[in-house]
Amino acid sequence: MTYEKLLEKTALEDDRFIVMTAENRALVRNLPASLGNRFIDTGITEQTMLGAAAGLALRGRKPVVHALSAFLTMRAFEFTRTSVGIANLPVKLSSFIPGVLSDGNGPTHQAIEDISIMRGIPGMEVFAPADEEDLIEMLPQIWATESPSYVRINTRPALLKHKPYVFGKAEQIFEGKDCTILTYGFMLEESIKAHQLLSDLGFQVGLVNIRNLKPFDGDLISKLASQTSCFITIEDHFLTGGLFSILAEYLVKNQILIPTHSIAFEDRWFKPGRLAEVLVHEGLDAKSLVEKIQNFIQK
Amino acid sequence: MNEEKIIKLQQFAKRVRNHIVPMASDGGCFLGASLSAVDLLTYLYVDHLNLHKGNLKDENRDYLFLSKGHDVPALYGIFAELGWIEADRLKNHLSTEDHIYWHPNRNIPGVEFHSGSLGQLPSVSIGVAMDIIIRGGENRVYCVMGDGELNEGSCWEALLVANAYKLDNLTFIIDRNNFQANMATEDLIPLESLVEKFESFGMMTQRIDGHDFNALEKAFSNIKGQTGAQVIICDTVRGKGLPSIEARADRWFCNFSQPEIQELLVELNEGFGANLVAETLVVR
Repeated sequence: MTYEKLLEKTALEDDRFIVMTAENRALVRNLPASLGNRFIDTGITEQTMLGAAAGLALRGRKPVVHALSAFLTMRAFEFTRTSVGIANLPVKLSSFIPGVLSDGNGPTHQAIEDISIMRGIPGMEVFAPADEEDLIEMLPQIWATESPSYVRINTRPALLKHKPYVFGKAEQIFEGKDCTILTYGFMLEESIKAHQLLSDLGFQVGLVNIRNLKPFDGDLISKLASQTSCFITIEDHFLTGGLFSILAEYLVKNQILIPTHSIAFEDRWFKPGRLAEVLVHEGLDAKSLVEKIQNFIQK
Repeated sequence: MNEEKIIKLQQFAKRVRNHIVPMASDGGCFLGASLSAVDLLTYLYVDHLNLHKGNLKDENRDYLFLSKGHDVPALYGIFAELGWIEADRLKNHLSTEDHIYWHPNRNIPGVEFHSGSLGQLPSVSIGVAMDIIIRGGENRVYCVMGDGELNEGSCWEALLVANAYKLDNLTFIIDRNNFQANMATEDLIPLESLVEKFESFGMMTQRIDGHDFNALEKAFSNIKGQTGAQVIICDTVRGKGLPSIEARADRWFCNFSQPEIQELLVELNEGFGANLVAETLVVR
């Protein structure tokens, strides 16, 4: 099952669904033929697309809207916050090439503040599936809610067989007393590789696929806090406002004291290039992660 | 339109203005913009829209979106006169106990959508118009915009899309009162020639006197049967009905004392000029 096939099936089964794009057809290229006038391409107009999506939702529809992450979240932000968010309408945002997946595009296309921005809208749900399998596992429940949602789309192949998705719950992949890696979206890929390398070195490392940034699975964090020595968040996002911030907010609010470290972009854009080279350059490849995590554990 | 009907509409509009003026005190409201839109909104709600107390949630109703937002006192007054809300409720203006404040919200029966951020509702209107067309509906969508609002690029982006999708059930109405917040539109970001601008975006465009009920009736009868979205530019006067504040750049947001409100009501109803020596003007 692909994203496009799932969306087609969902829309054919439920005529509330409208597929919209601001002329970003990469994920939905074949849908005009099967959905007819329920496929709407507004051209390069992210703002108008989000406003029109709000109007369609007012009439009972569930628009699934597509654009490149940077423009979907930032160009259209006020339309999402004000027309979709204030009215709490079920508009479903599908965000293409978030985080490092913008690889060679450069800072104009780097959505590494998207989680921070979108979770600031009251009522907005925020998700980051780890790969295509995880995406297909999660989307039916994400699209089933009557809330607006934002999804970091990731169609890369899975490195492992995922557990069934329970709405709002994270996926605990490994347990480990030396530390627990918390990550989401694309960065699970490198984290799985890093986990293997650390295991080979004799470390007992936990690994969690966060899946939901909002709602956040605090119950799992509370449980793990007594089973692991420290948390390490890994994310292709600014340090500000992403998973590290969400975790810190949760720990402080619940008076949980545990060493916590972060690997994220600290107040700067990343160097554009081929994805594999970007990861090495930014210290986000498995080998670099292992070095950083070893340092954290030994602190 | 016969004389009797015109008089009825004029009397209705005057009662609406009588609801609006007291809101320009004890916190104030956007009085000038509210008064310029009263006549065109009166025509639409009383004589044109398929909208009445019994069908406010019916999917086949006509939709009116007030995109400029800050003229919502005109809606409050009209809805009170139509019996959609109790007139007494207008005394709750700016009370946190009610939902009657400076911009529209859906807690007020008859308000289709919240607004206040300019340039938002043209696209929301497009979404509603698209859905009506997909479902094969006969209802129409109207989006009232301010002339100052046309500074926002999102208005023009929306026009491109409305034209592309040939939304023949969608009418954009411009309350052309010639002022934006603090100054005349043409002194800041000139808008003219507006007719040519809208026509070049593919809109069937009409320009009328927005206080003339005959002209309103004629223009709104012309929009039927068009092959795409339309624009009606309504030339209006900011502060219409109160000569002492009409067409003045410094009468956008007004917060008068109670004695001044009484003077303004006398001016509105009896034609005597108000004495605004002690006026408390707020320009935002």
